[in-house]
Amino acid sequence: MHLGVSESMRECEYSQISTRSSTPMETPYKKRTPKKRKWEIFPGRNKFYCDGRIMMAKQTGVFYLTLILILVTCGLFFTFDCPFLAQQLTPVIPVIGGVLFLFVLGTLLRTSFSDPGVLPRATQDEAADLERQIDVANGGTGYRPPPRTKEVVINGQTVKLKYCFTCKIFRPPRASHCSLCDNCVERFDHHCPWVGNCVGRRNYRFFYMFILSLSFLTIFIFAFVITHIILSSHQNGFLSALKDSPASVLEVVVCFFSVWSIVGLSGFHTYLISSNQTTNEDIKGSWSSKRGKDNYNPYSYGNIFTNCCAALCGPLPPSLIDRRGFVEADVPQLAPPTNGITMYGSTQSQQSHMCDQDQCIQSTKFVLQAAATPLLQHQSSEPVILTTSPENGGTLTGRASLALTGPCTSLPLGQPTPPNSTSSLSCHEATDKLPVHGHTLTHNHSNPLQESVFQHHFLTPEEVPSPPGMLHCGSPMGHSHTAQAGFYDPASQDSLHEDSVRGLVKLSSV
Amino acid sequence: MHIEGYIALFWDSLKRYYINPYCITLSLSELRHSASLANKVFIQRDYSEGTTCKFQTKFPSELESRIERTLFEDTVKTLNNYYAEAEKIGGQSYLEGCLACATAYLIFLCMETRYEKVLKKIAKYIQEQNEKIYAPRGLLITDPIERGMRVIEISIYEDRGSSGSSSGSSSVSGSTAR
Repeated sequence: MHLGVSESMRECEYSQISTRSSTPMETPYKKRTPKKRKWEIFPGRNKFYCDGRIMMAKQTGVFYLTLILILVTCGLFFTFDCPFLAQQLTPVIPVIGGVLFLFVLGTLLRTSFSDPGVLPRATQDEAADLERQIDVANGGTGYRPPPRTKEVVINGQTVKLKYCFTCKIFRPPRASHCSLCDNCVERFDHHCPWVGNCVGRRNYRFFYMFILSLSFLTIFIFAFVITHIILSSHQNGFLSALKDSPASVLEVVVCFFSVWSIVGLSGFHTYLISSNQTTNEDIKGSWSSKRGKDNYNPYSYGNIFTNCCAALCGPLPPSLIDRRGFVEADVPQLAPPTNGITMYGSTQSQQSHMCDQDQCIQSTKFVLQAAATPLLQHQSSEPVILTTSPENGGTLTGRASLALTGPCTSLPLGQPTPPNSTSSLSCHEATDKLPVHGHTLTHNHSNPLQESVFQHHFLTPEEVPSPPGMLHCGSPMGHSHTAQAGFYDPASQDSLHEDSVRGLVKLSSV
Repeated sequence: MHIEGYIALFWDSLKRYYINPYCITLSLSELRHSASLANKVFIQRDYSEGTTCKFQTKFPSELESRIERTLFEDTVKTLNNYYAEAEKIGGQSYLEGCLACATAYLIFLCMETRYEKVLKKIAKYIQEQNEKIYAPRGLLITDPIERGMRVIEISIYEDRGSSGSSSGSSSVSGSTAR
């Protein structure tokens, strides 16, 4: 399987599901490889290796940096320091170092290569059913658009479930949508560029053991390299000891700078585990008592020990996306006209133009994102930072200007999920006449503020994640931003910036 | 309804099940040839006790003309018990977790977790229930693992000839929904 082919397939995968027009494109491909695995058509932004066994985020550059840092530091330690230490002190030192090193490497690879707990997107029928339920819940109110949140009571605490416009589901409690991977992840902790993957329900324990063992390893190496330098400086003086083993100096520098952040991080995660929180919840302060007197964490088992055991030794949930399963030739779908899902059927016929629209939507969205990103990075409380798929990057300026001048300008965009969606969307009297799925963009010129509100289109391929800040930066975007977008390097800047911001937050909260 | 036809189909898919335990929808696509899919009912998750997998036992009105309430509730309750068993935190799961941790979690590459064992049991149970109870009534349950453990999907089938007659209840509920 050529990666290029599969990537291009993945790019328009969503239109394959939601439209009929893409079938001709698919057929010749199918003839060549009759059985396709599910990872090849996976809608999220992930990389797969080894025929789907390994799953990572799209940007893996920082992961390789982590790997190289660990390998080089440990390599230098084992070649230059260990022989001396084993001779002078005890051979146990390289053995312990070796075991720690293997453990760190094992847990790192497990964290990076496994599925963090991605929730598969809803099938068409499930999404249609949800739409109908939202409709029922909203039935009496007439023109008000659906609020798109659902409240559930968990252990006596009311929790709001937000609707995810990309995955077309109500996100289960503790799940969150990772904008970098474009997936909803169960018990989402954070997206960690250092391990090149999201950290979620399925790999949190690997991640925790990784940072815990890595902090031990760093302290271990740091201590024994210093010992090495001191011992050899007793023999031949300090300067010649440094001259003899320049590698030790490098190790000391690397360890000195990394040990603080790693130990801080593992301390922070130990606190999180003992209170059964996620980084996401901690940063948002979801269960903080500042929010209200009787605000408590409904997921906590009540004592530190049980919380730790549940997080580290609880049963390991299975992967829900069945990456290596085969794609079924034709999934049975509801015959549109038979019953209550007629509206759903009618939207399908509307979708015939979606394929070209998708491109416009994508590029328009890109410009918006480029304009909005600086704002969002500071305002967003969720650890979601906007990026675009790298595939768009190449032809960006051309496409973006086309989208702005062409007829597609008024196309519906991915809908942010504003927390106050009821009020911000309430001006659209037209929506109740439209099919449930197809809230089209209605320009309401009487209200300049509302004009900038992004409308939701149910079938847009991707969601623009939705911090409130987004609402204010919509309308003034014009041609000036097109040029800006051309220079914009989407992913690497974001993830680095995001990481540094989050690192600061974590450290300050430790 | 052609009961023999259904049973033959399920024998077929049971054989397939041993090749790919999560693959039940194959039989669904075959079923389409003899009957048409009229509607789908989704049983949502019940989060009242936290994020452990549990489904609502509320009886959906669409199934009223098709199946007895107790039969349906039994199925969902059994499924819930299975999931509770899989996610139970106790001695066995601690042992498994500690053992895995000691091997840097590499043991999971060659060992089946308890959760996976229970999932196989669940797949088998759903297969049985489909064969015995649901298929003769023109219903099919899809294993929740195929739907991301979010929903139990129940497909309602009807004979091609009598399309529209028996879906009365569902279309009524559909139109009142508007």
